[in-house]
Amino acid sequence: MPYTEANLAQARETIARYPFAKSAVLPLLHLAQDQDGWVTPEAMREIADLLDLSPAQVLGTCSFYTMYKRAPIGKLVVSVCTNVTCLVNGGPELLGALRSRYAADDDVFVEEVECLAACDRAPALQVNYEFHGPLEAASATELIEEYKRGDRTPRTISGTRVAAGKAS
Amino acid sequence: MAPVETRIVTKRLREVPESSWTIDAAVQSGAYESLRKALAMEPDAIIEEVKTSGLRGRGGAGFGAGQKWSFLPKGVFPRYLCVNGDEGEPSTFKDHMLVERDPHQLIEGIVITAFAIQANIAFIYLRGEFALGADRLEQALHDASAANYVGKNVLGSGFDLEIVLHRGAGCYIAGDETGLMESLEGERAMPRIKPPFPAVQGLYAAPTIVNNVETLSTVPHIIRMGGEEYAKLGVGRSTGTRIFSVSGHVERPGNYEVELGMSFRDLIEGLAGGVRGGKEMKFFIPGGASSPWLVAQHLDAPLDMDHVQGELKSMLGSGAVMVFDEDTDPVQIAWRLSKFFAHESCGKCTPCREGSSWIEKVLYRMANGLGRPADLDLLLDFGNNIVPGLNAPFAQTTICGLGPSIMSPVVGLTRWFRDEVEARIGATGEPVELKVTVP
Repeated sequence: MPYTEANLAQARETIARYPFAKSAVLPLLHLAQDQDGWVTPEAMREIADLLDLSPAQVLGTCSFYTMYKRAPIGKLVVSVCTNVTCLVNGGPELLGALRSRYAADDDVFVEEVECLAACDRAPALQVNYEFHGPLEAASATELIEEYKRGDRTPRTISGTRVAAGKAS
Repeated sequence: MAPVETRIVTKRLREVPESSWTIDAAVQSGAYESLRKALAMEPDAIIEEVKTSGLRGRGGAGFGAGQKWSFLPKGVFPRYLCVNGDEGEPSTFKDHMLVERDPHQLIEGIVITAFAIQANIAFIYLRGEFALGADRLEQALHDASAANYVGKNVLGSGFDLEIVLHRGAGCYIAGDETGLMESLEGERAMPRIKPPFPAVQGLYAAPTIVNNVETLSTVPHIIRMGGEEYAKLGVGRSTGTRIFSVSGHVERPGNYEVELGMSFRDLIEGLAGGVRGGKEMKFFIPGGASSPWLVAQHLDAPLDMDHVQGELKSMLGSGAVMVFDEDTDPVQIAWRLSKFFAHESCGKCTPCREGSSWIEKVLYRMANGLGRPADLDLLLDFGNNIVPGLNAPFAQTTICGLGPSIMSPVVGLTRWFRDEVEARIGATGEPVELKVTVP
């Protein structure tokens, strides 16, 4: 999808904040992901046009960073840390349990991530970049279900805050 | 006497934990008073004050902050200030806390520093995953602008400063100062060859200063206390306080701000409650994944950057102290850390890109019962191609520090657990001809 009118205005505002337009690649990719739930090839072409870059340049940057998803992943991205502090506190077991629990669920994408800087609550995870922890399989599943039911308002797939009640 | 924290940078967020990030709570507890004081000073006098304080970078390298600022070439404008909030060093979680819970302290430090170095634009490069931190900073920037602590003609001083909050998108190496600048320019965060150093040619090829969140959060306190007074805290060239993120097998994991010079024992056993469940410590990592490991015999060593590097051949790095109990498999920890480095290697330099993956593969088989007798030496041989000599301060065949960091877990294994690892694997097989020994 191309940017909506409001998002296009926001994109232009963002570009204007930088001395050189190319600096807006990352924020514009976040904005596209906020809107579409992933970064579409169309979005990358549009960003390239806006910033006077080639689509390949935008893809080159986009594909370097783990937060940008270049395929649809559903509504919730669950990022489970398995780096050493979480490792010794049950992170890998948590990851395994959530992966099998949500293997067939198109709305929930469970991924292994590197240290989230929340080691005082290990094992830690994020749901759409909201921090939670310490958790084990049962409490993590309950948490994810709360997001799915709408008892909690998730951020976007890029972690941008959504006003309560407006979640798509 | 029980060890205690010395709360300077964490004072506000500990004293008013329910509202420390709001402008009202911040101003009530003295935020922006140092800014008024600084704006009445000459910019160069601020740099001198920070030099006098001995403040060293809190991100990992420990370079003198005031010294860094004074490297800016005279009369070359525009200049930029970049705030490194891309905290990603495994088990470091201090900047995360400072951004979420005391954004105004950071903003005050940014404005003072930008005034000192005469930069009119500052970029806060915030780790993409810190979503709440981004919300809080955005609100804080909005409120600070409304109160004219940021913006045109700050508090009537004639100084203009715009602060741009820039979210990262998931990448460890954007925390390297040159990687950060590449990322901020819309590129892959691949580090640049130095020289030219950022102070001479950095962001958009203009003179640029990159400082860590904790470093800048400390600046208002140096202005308030005076550099000389601040320098009375600490030990030797490690002045002041630092926030240590203690995690792993401890009773009370968390961030502790202590005066430098305190012992590891007081930090780990006194403040963090020691190894949990009454177990013995097997080893600890003193300064993030990139620092070589230490063991119980080092617990009485001081938290002093020079001592840890010079005497213990490790480093205080980012201040992340990871503690592992007697039941921990050190090979598994080494494997997981090497997996981190293999994942985060940006791919620019061949020794790091290839070496990190090979080291991860060999450690994986060692951790999973498939180790071969020569594996430990094989790892050292790989490592010698990345860090010739395997000694700190690192010689390196890579552009940035990630390369040498890959070897820290292997050096730790070899120094402290060689017998254990070899006993597990068995001692027969073809030896690797070594060109290097671990110092």
